[in-house]
Amino acid sequence: MLWLLFFLVTVIRAELCQPDAENAFKVRLSIRTALGDKAYVWDTNEEYLFRAMVAFSMRKVPNRETTEISHVLLCNVTQRVSFWFVVTDPSKNHTLPANEVQSAIRMNRNRINNVFFLNDQTLEFLKIPSTLAPPMDPSVPIWIIIFGVIFCIVIVATTLLILSGIRQRRRENKGSSEVDDIEDKLENMDTITNSTRCDSLDMKGGHINDVFMTEDERLTPL
Amino acid sequence: MAQALGLGLLVDEGEDKRPHWDNRLQYLLSCVGFAVGLGNIWRFPYLCQTYGGGAFLIPYLIALVFEGIPLFHIELAIGQRLRRGSIGVWTAISPYLGGVGLGCFTVSFLVSLYYNTVLVWVLWYFLNSFQQPLPWGTCPPNLNRTGLVEECQGSGTVSYFWYRRTLNITADIGDSGAVQWRLLLCQAASWALVYLCVSRGIETTGKAIYFTALFPYLVLTIFLVRGLTLPGATEGLIYLFTPNVQILLNPRVWLDAATQIFFSLSLAFGGHIAFASYNPPRNNCRRDAVIIALVNSATSLYASITIFAIMGFKAINDHGQCLDRNILSLINEFSLPELSISRDDFPAALLHLNTTHPGRVARLPLRACRLEDFLDQGTSGPGLAFIVFTEAVLHMPGAPVWAVLFFGMLFSLGLSSMFGNMEGVITPLLDMGVLPRWVPKEVLTGLACLVCFLSATCFTLQSGSYWLEVFDNFAASLNLVTFALLEVVGVTYVYGMERFCADVEWMTGRRPSLYWRVSWRVVSPLLLLGILLSYIVLLALKSPSYKAWNPQYALFPSQEEKLYPHWVQATCALLSFLPLLWVPGYALAQWLARHRRQDTQQDTGLKLQDGSGC
Repeated sequence: MLWLLFFLVTVIRAELCQPDAENAFKVRLSIRTALGDKAYVWDTNEEYLFRAMVAFSMRKVPNRETTEISHVLLCNVTQRVSFWFVVTDPSKNHTLPANEVQSAIRMNRNRINNVFFLNDQTLEFLKIPSTLAPPMDPSVPIWIIIFGVIFCIVIVATTLLILSGIRQRRRENKGSSEVDDIEDKLENMDTITNSTRCDSLDMKGGHINDVFMTEDERLTPL
Repeated sequence: MAQALGLGLLVDEGEDKRPHWDNRLQYLLSCVGFAVGLGNIWRFPYLCQTYGGGAFLIPYLIALVFEGIPLFHIELAIGQRLRRGSIGVWTAISPYLGGVGLGCFTVSFLVSLYYNTVLVWVLWYFLNSFQQPLPWGTCPPNLNRTGLVEECQGSGTVSYFWYRRTLNITADIGDSGAVQWRLLLCQAASWALVYLCVSRGIETTGKAIYFTALFPYLVLTIFLVRGLTLPGATEGLIYLFTPNVQILLNPRVWLDAATQIFFSLSLAFGGHIAFASYNPPRNNCRRDAVIIALVNSATSLYASITIFAIMGFKAINDHGQCLDRNILSLINEFSLPELSISRDDFPAALLHLNTTHPGRVARLPLRACRLEDFLDQGTSGPGLAFIVFTEAVLHMPGAPVWAVLFFGMLFSLGLSSMFGNMEGVITPLLDMGVLPRWVPKEVLTGLACLVCFLSATCFTLQSGSYWLEVFDNFAASLNLVTFALLEVVGVTYVYGMERFCADVEWMTGRRPSLYWRVSWRVVSPLLLLGILLSYIVLLALKSPSYKAWNPQYALFPSQEEKLYPHWVQATCALLSFLPLLWVPGYALAQWLARHRRQDTQQDTGLKLQDGSGC
């Protein structure tokens, strides 16, 4: 009789943990992808550790401080290393609601990951979204720093260039002002003697107008 | 002979303290830097890939020999002979052709605006490359940190960084959005840098060009060596260079080859004329033209080898990832042990599982992974640099170093082309004497850069990249081809072939051979006319449309094809035709001025009958 009761209890417990059962979650581990050569083998001891971590997470939830390792049931362990788990209440007849389990796992996700040397991508709780790490924004974005450096260099170089240009021009002006006076006198003499030069009709600021020169060449071929 | 003496005298008198190059190397590097630009990196490899790999070199070389080099020789020769910027040169050839120079000047100005915007984008990426991990490698989490941002998940991290974090693009060209302050800052820095290098004309660009023209070659070599050692490089090179001679029957190939040579050499901008005008009068411009054109094409080829090697690496990488995703789906579904199916075993395993459990396999999201599909993904233009290449760089070990090198190279390539563009704008202004002579040159260049900077802020709007495409397609292409055609016709028929050949003989010591004369007279004008007509036909056939980035689009991340609204189409027409209107406009103005001058001369002639005037 006792044997039959025990059998019934086991069957009921087994039914609590099944693929796609109510309040059951599937877990998938990718140990070899994460650790390569240092990968450990997934055996019943690792399963015990997993159940312990889930129980630990549940104990942190108010009203669930009495969760024991035996309340966490694992089933359908495959070679992939994937399995399903449920958490039962102390009476072992009902499973705890999914949202409680979910929030408990989410809050302790980091510690569970660290225990198995895995991360959010290699230790997947399907249907439990992980909280992503906040973006690592430094207080001053790096691009602004580099921009500031480059901009300052450019401004300093431009200022130096302009200043050296001003200084050069001042030196030239002092030297050439005497030469200019002599040239002006010569030009004035020219305009006095040849008052009706053809070129002066279309002269623009002392430039020689190529239009007239090219026309002359056309008229007098050699 | 007296003609030559006359020329010598004329040239000496017209010297007028014109700036000159410190040495011939500066001049050659400036022309090479102007010709070699971003198009060599991201247009030529794409054309090579699309048009049958190695077979594309045949139309390309033919176009180079019969169109590129002759036109280039003309530009250098007239600049060197007449020693003026583009406006001065054309007024000297014929007073009625001054409009060509004005048109070239306008196009140079418009191109400077949007070309510098591309540099701004490159600068932004350059500034963001100094961090590990690179910011375009990861998606940011969404607001409640339960998952990644939806747009990023849909499109991929690299596209998200480009369209959202850089451009912050709107879904429609009509929706301008706000000015992006990040891009505006980068634009200020970029124009400040351009001003620093261009402030005293060739005196400063001549020094800067040593770095900006040679640094890209150094980086290309480094990338070539690194690229060839990456897995997949040889597959990329073999697949992309394998000639497919059949494709030469398609006339589109020849058109694109001719167009590519034309734009690659940066003809009809007036920049080369300006550079050559600072040369000593007796300089072998024929040899210079051939050298520079060949260097430009060799650079295109060299760059495409590097690009193909890295694209091959990226294709192999993507192919491997595609296979890995399929393998993971299989393993997860059938709960097989990890790493039990290798990439080589995958086809056999899939077949086996398909025969035993076809239903379950059919439900899996398996993608067909063919290496050729990944190799075929060719892009050109900014897409190559900012999306495809940045993704390739992510997978290379030491990614930030490669990103910094790559964007540094793009920036110096673009900067040396900007020098040529700005010379095409500044030299005519200086020659026309827009500002009084006592105003220093730095003020003129500063004002020019400031005007350009303020005008180009429209490209920092959220719809800026759509406008850039408008400018790129309409402001430059049609106008430049027309101006080049007018250049060839103007020099050959208005200036006179005999006179031009005599000038060239005086400058280089040898009369141009039959090849040059036939090209200038017949072949180049015909080729240009062909390009022009096909442009017009293609423009007329297809209503201009653009591809918009719309996260709400049903087929996102594909881009939504939209037609331009009417006011944008009007702007396109304006950009295409306004520079061209300078030609008849200036000719008309000259003719009217002449007419009025003749009338007044006749009047004065009647009054003073001995005619002490000419």
